[in-house]
Amino acid sequence: MSTNAFHTPPPNGEGEMRAPMDFQSRRMRLNSAWRYAVNHAVTGLAVLSTLLVVAPLVAILVYLVYMGASSLNVAFFTHIPAPVGEPGGGMANSILGSGIVLVLASLLGIPVGIAAGVYLAEFGRGKLLAAAIRFTADVLNGVPSIVMGIAIYSMLVFPEDFHLWFLYPFRHLLAPLMALNIPPALQIPMTFSVDATGVWLHVGGHFSAFAGGVALAIMMVPTITRTTEEMLATVPHAIREAALGLGVPKWRTVMSVSLKTASPGIITGCMLAFARVAGETAPLLFTAFGNQFWSFRLNEPIAALPLQIYIYAMSPYDEWHRLAWAGSLVLIVMIMVAVTLVRIYASRGILKGAS
Amino acid sequence: MGVGINVEHLNAWYGTTHTLQDINLNIPANHATALIGPSGCGKSTFVRCLNRMHETNPIARASGVVKMGDIDIYKDASPVTIRRRVGMVFQRPNPFPTMSIYDNVASGLKLNGFRNKAILDETVERSLKASALWEEVKDDLKKKSGASLSGGQQQRMCIARALAVDPEVLLMDEPASALDPVSTSKIEDLIFQLKSQYTIVIVTHNMQQAARVAENTGFFLNGKMVEFDSTDRIFTNPKDKRTEDYITGRFG
Repeated sequence: MSTNAFHTPPPNGEGEMRAPMDFQSRRMRLNSAWRYAVNHAVTGLAVLSTLLVVAPLVAILVYLVYMGASSLNVAFFTHIPAPVGEPGGGMANSILGSGIVLVLASLLGIPVGIAAGVYLAEFGRGKLLAAAIRFTADVLNGVPSIVMGIAIYSMLVFPEDFHLWFLYPFRHLLAPLMALNIPPALQIPMTFSVDATGVWLHVGGHFSAFAGGVALAIMMVPTITRTTEEMLATVPHAIREAALGLGVPKWRTVMSVSLKTASPGIITGCMLAFARVAGETAPLLFTAFGNQFWSFRLNEPIAALPLQIYIYAMSPYDEWHRLAWAGSLVLIVMIMVAVTLVRIYASRGILKGAS
Repeated sequence: MGVGINVEHLNAWYGTTHTLQDINLNIPANHATALIGPSGCGKSTFVRCLNRMHETNPIARASGVVKMGDIDIYKDASPVTIRRRVGMVFQRPNPFPTMSIYDNVASGLKLNGFRNKAILDETVERSLKASALWEEVKDDLKKKSGASLSGGQQQRMCIARALAVDPEVLLMDEPASALDPVSTSKIEDLIFQLKSQYTIVIVTHNMQQAARVAENTGFFLNGKMVEFDSTDRIFTNPKDKRTEDYITGRFG
């Protein structure tokens, strides 16, 4: 008995076979012309949308090159800003300052962000704490950057002393820690002192590169956390089971299998977060503050490209306006180079046929 | 060498669903044992209880005694040590996509911190030979990703990966159900060769497959084990009416 699906009569056709399709009929030809038209129309719309998205980026780049390239010279990359009225000068200290603040922000923000994402995806499924963290991350993502600047100002710049009375019994253990000779470049605006009443923590007192780095790090965390979680969620469960089934402990499975499989997406998330904060001005206004001179210390106000661009662009001098354009161009090129380098580095060692 | 498994009063739950109800079973060492039964009858849950993979699901739990040799796997050992002694091959090939063929096979050792290159090389070669894949992949062991192989090759690589940690028991959860007939027959040949050295438990929907590779067969239905006997007897002269109905195709 043949029960081939292709020969089974349609259930509502009284057992009759459907008439074979006449591919030459007028209706079929119209149909195919219509589908052809729709196909091309929708493809065209998609291409148009892509152009609309890319066009502003290209326009900005071209305009930046047009306005800024003429002010770029060696002095721009080697000199600090010149005093008002003097020609020349550069943004060398701002480029270095942005570098320092962004490296600090990445060192603080990326590990925390990835760790939180790992918790959400691998350990916190269905837990209340995970839902709370997810919600917090989403809200944090929406906090205006100026608010972040003010919050970090009040935490790490405004001078405050905390009396850590509960550390009183351990004050002798803390003494050698406080005697540690931290190099001046790495000192941060947090110091301990001990007196008869206990241990004191002194925070802030001045603007600092450290406060700027922390502000940017906090802005990076929610993006990284959520992309890490989403990327880990796309790792097939079967792969985790494969590792667990080989007697690999759960932590090892997460580190070497889940994270490794999701790493291209996680790296993309980190780069997105990095590129986003690299151009932030508002959170640095109240934290890193800016500096017209060289600064190599985390404990001092430091220059940053967005801050310097802001100062130059607000000024009444044409010379400074040109420098602001040049600075913007350098900032965008720096972000593009950083993102590209990480992408090249991350795609090395990918095997043939790996998905 | 393989080791026998003694299952006494094994019960398992997913949430409130009582998936396995009072299973008692003796799986002999160095033999292949097939588990058959309709979908959802608990065969997969049963094998997952034998290497404590069942409990990786947060809502799952199990009770009862599973003795491997003379250790009770739920009392005397951690899940991690049990899983190193009881290898598992899954229904769908699940290679690690970021790893080369070599790293896939060596993963059980490498991820557990084993670093001796000479021994790793030797283990990878021996395991791939045992799973009849060596000749096909020996030239691009480290160049190609494990995910670039065909489905049948991937599954043999997964078997090699399980063998590389030198288990005593090999659990196979429908290892050939996602494969074409040629690959299936290669896997069956492989099971036939491996069972002299390992205790093999294979879940299958394919009754001919059970008849071809296994000395003993158990029939599961609705979370209970209806009958367990030599494969010959199950397929020619089952004691239980339900077994007979199932193998003659009257349901399931």
